[in-house]
Amino acid sequence: MLLQLVTSFIAASTFCILFNAPRRALLQCGLAGMVGWIVYLQLDRQWGMVTATFAATLIVGIISIFFARSFKLPVIIFSVGGIIPLVPGGLAYDAMRKFVENDYIEAVEIAVEALMLSGAIAAGLVLSEVLGQMFRRSGS
Amino acid sequence: MLQSGAETYRVEDTMTRMAAALGFPGAHSYVTPTVIMFTTSRTEPVKLFRIAERTTDLQKVSEVNDISRRLSERQITAAAARERLGKVDDAAHAYPVWLQIAAAALTGGCFTIMFKGSVQDALPALLASGLGYAAVIYLHRLVQVRFFAEFSASFLIGLLAFFSVQFGFGREMDKIIIGSVMPLVPGLLITNAVRDLMAGHLVSGISKGADAFLTAFAIGTGIGLVLSLF
Repeated sequence: MLLQLVTSFIAASTFCILFNAPRRALLQCGLAGMVGWIVYLQLDRQWGMVTATFAATLIVGIISIFFARSFKLPVIIFSVGGIIPLVPGGLAYDAMRKFVENDYIEAVEIAVEALMLSGAIAAGLVLSEVLGQMFRRSGS
Repeated sequence: MLQSGAETYRVEDTMTRMAAALGFPGAHSYVTPTVIMFTTSRTEPVKLFRIAERTTDLQKVSEVNDISRRLSERQITAAAARERLGKVDDAAHAYPVWLQIAAAALTGGCFTIMFKGSVQDALPALLASGLGYAAVIYLHRLVQVRFFAEFSASFLIGLLAFFSVQFGFGREMDKIIIGSVMPLVPGLLITNAVRDLMAGHLVSGISKGADAFLTAFAIGTGIGLVLSLF
């Protein structure tokens, strides 16, 4: 568990270096990634992958909106770091590998799963943005 | 901005906002991953920009965002904004290449552990992903075909993972590979594609999806070649 916390933090912030995020945002990126990954891990067992991903992304989105307000940087900087561990890049690669290995049925299965996950992530991000806008409107 | 991986709606929004601040309230823009079309009013001719290269550079996105916000709040003049935009455009990647490679290596190692690999597997993954990322950077400079660079990088990763398992440094080849390819895989692109589709940007959603598919295909082929060789 502790190992997962540390590694997800490092992975999210180093990924932000690859995406050339501003230096002062790296710490928050790592934090968002860590929270997202832990929420995902906790929910994954009971609710299944798609729901867990959706919930984790929603939380990451809300955190990144909060960070974006307080640090005056675009939301995307933080949300990228946050969703990187959740994003189905590994699955997409896995699907392609199965295709290359002529295991078509498995490949299509994994590809559909990756599509569902990215749909869940996109929905989570959009929903958190909508929530953020509603909050701003009621606040002002 | 679009070159740096911002969302489609953000590019469109920024352009119309900046135009409105400069006195063109009727400006329209149409953005896809490969082209920007922009007009300030109905009678003016449309300007067209072609986007050839696409990376992810959040620093630039945030700086352009900042400039556009200031311009629309009238804190800076149009000339000052233009000058600063030029500077952003010329600016190089903020992190040196060695740091990027080190970051990629760390990412690979950490993801191996996160995907329930053992600590023993993390070390070869660290090595493989660092080398893989370095290969992508340098090969891409050498030949301008991205597919080839990604393909050879994943081939290299596959070879390294295979040999490290053969010589007893790592245990599970699968875990090593999946961690190592994480810096290369187009996960973010897939998510952005779905998001664009949901927002109604159908053309850019589908073309981003195709881009992601091609990258995943390149990586899958590279690894698949290693697996079929041995």
